[in-house]
Parts: sequence; structure tokens; C-alpha cells
Amino acid sequence: MSSDWPLWEVFVRAKGGLAHRHVGSVHAPDQELALRHARDTYTRRLEGVSLWVVRSADIVASDPDEAGPMFEPAEDKIYRHPTFYDIPDEVKHI
Amino acid sequence: MPALPPIDKDVQKRAEKARPKGAFDEPQADEQATDPLEDAYYEYLLRLGDDSLVLGQRLGEWCGHAPSVEVDLSLANMALDLIGQATLFLDKANNGDGDELAFKRDVLDFKNCLLVEQPNGDFAQTIARQLLFSTWQHMLYQQLSESPDAFLSAIAAKAVKEVAYHRELASEWTVRLGDGTEESTRRMRDGLDWCWRFVPELFEVDETLEEMIARQTVPDPRSFESDYRAAIAGVLGEAKLDVPPDQRPILGGRRGHHSEHLGHLLAVMQFLPRTYPDAVW
Repeated sequence: MSSDWPLWEVFVRAKGGLAHRHVGSVHAPDQELALRHARDTYTRRLEGVSLWVVRSADIVASDPDEAGPMFEPAEDKIYRHPTFYDIPDEVKHI
Repeated sequence: MPALPPIDKDVQKRAEKARPKGAFDEPQADEQATDPLEDAYYEYLLRLGDDSLVLGQRLGEWCGHAPSVEVDLSLANMALDLIGQATLFLDKANNGDGDELAFKRDVLDFKNCLLVEQPNGDFAQTIARQLLFSTWQHMLYQQLSESPDAFLSAIAAKAVKEVAYHRELASEWTVRLGDGTEESTRRMRDGLDWCWRFVPELFEVDETLEEMIARQTVPDPRSFESDYRAAIAGVLGEAKLDVPPDQRPILGGRRGHHSEHLGHLLAVMQFLPRTYPDAVW
């Protein structure tokens, strides 16, 4: 039965102000039940205050074979890190 | 398993009443001293507690057998909500020892309605039972949360959110199964037919309930019967199912007259603590 159901990716917001984070996936026949299955599977121990589900098939993913051109050029660009100036101690959030 | 004597709600009081005395002794005043309202309150706690306990145990039977792991968790979550409610009611009824009521009473002393003890059947029958019970329980707890009785209103206010979710989940599954494939429609209809004769008992008002209602501490279920029937008809309409024709109602659970199914459920549930009374977990 569940093998006929599409897969949904589940995102949980742990508390107000934080971003939704990917926590896993569920099988469900449609979007309403996907949300309920996500609730029953991933928030039963008070893990969240908000849920997103999205069909796994609707996610556009990068191709692992393209990882070289996609990600490796960033490896030697250390000047893109904001680490070349001093931050005054009084500045708490940056 | 040998039958155990029924649990008295106040063992000491009963023991005092049973003090040996001569045949010609004056009858003592405390012999008539049982407070009928106290009895009614105790009975009411048992009814609510046993409804939740028995349905929780039933749903727990699905663990590892549900159509998918997600549904397994949905059913187990509901079971745990219900057992949590039962614990509160039965603890209150027995001075903090609800386990004694859960595990050491025999079938005739259980006061749950007949609907909740019905076998799981297939998934559709389980959902039919859940729809019919959770809708009723939700309406009851909504009103009970306004009760002037601080204990009942506090429990109901907490549980009403749990039960609202059970009701929504059961409604959604009813719609999907009823308006699904030919097979799921047939199974959903059969499940409803099985459960339908136990609905009138939910609205039965006997002497115990009358006393509680007269005290204005608990709702009269008849006050929401038409809302209940309209709500069920609404879900069934969305599920493209007909409301089943009324069947001869079966009553008796509130007086301890149960179907044969409850004894089997209790045998499984009570086996461990009865066989190993010192077991700890």
C-alpha cells in the first residue's frame, strides 16, 4: 500500500525565528495526509512548531556527477570569507 | 486465570461496614451513609477512563501491523493520547492508583461503551470506530471543558486538543477510503455497518448520568446528538457514503454488560501484571 504512495520531504521549524530544517521523508497518498504523517512521525516529541512537506519529485537537485564544476571552484576562494578585518568586541551580532 | 474480586473504591469504608457484629445489634448509621453523588462521580470517572483505556489498548494492537509505518505511528500516537487520558481519570477514581483499576478489575467491572471494545477488523473498520467515537468524545470534551468541576474541566481542556486531532484524522481517512477504490469503499461501508449499532449507547442517559447532569457538572449527551449525527452525515457525504440505516441498538457497556471481545482484550492487557504482580518496567 504505502509503496504506491509518493514520497514527501519533511521540514520542521523547531521554534519561532528559526528556519525550517529538513528532517526526513514520509510516504502519503496526498498532501493533507503527508502533513499528518509528518506530524505523527517527526513532531511527536515536541520537535516543532511548524511543518512543511513537499513532494520529493518536485525538488530540483544538483547532479552528483557535476559536483566538480559546481562546488570545487569555491575551494580556493578564501577571500570570500569575511575574515580579513577585525570586529570590535562591542559588536555582538554580525 | 482466577477471577479477582472487584475493586472497591473505598476499601476501608467497606471494611468498616463489614465489621463483625451480633445479629441483634442496632443497624449503624453509616450503613446508609454512601453518598449517591459520590457513587455517580466515581462511575462517571470509570466510564470516561475505561472508554479511553480500552480504545487505547485496541489501537495499540495495530502496532507493527498497520498498512504503513506512518499509519502505524498515527495509530500508536492516538493510543498513547487515550491511555494518558485514562491514567488521569482512573488515578483520580482510585486515589492515585489507576493501574489497580486498569489491571485488576474483571470484565464485568469495566464501564466503557461497547463501541470502543469492538475488534479492529480491517483498517477501514478501525477508522469507522475512530470516527464514530472521536466525534462523540470531541463534542463531549468541548462541553466538559466548561464544567464547574475543576478536575473534569482541566482534563477535558487538555484532552480536547488531542481528540480534535483524532477526529480530523479519522474524518480524512473516512473520506479517502469511502471515496477511494471499489474495495476501499466496500470495506469502509462494512466497517461503518459493523459499528453503527453501538452509536445509540453513546447518547444513553441512565440514573448515574442523570444525577451528574442534575448537578450541572457534566453535559447531557442528548444535547449534542443532533450535531453529532449532522457531523457524521457530513463526513459520510464527503466520502460519498450513505448514512447506514439504524439498527437495533445494543446497550449495556455502562452497566458492565460487554460483548465477548472485551474479555479477550483484558486477558492480553492484564496478563503481565496479574501473572507477575511484582514486575516493574
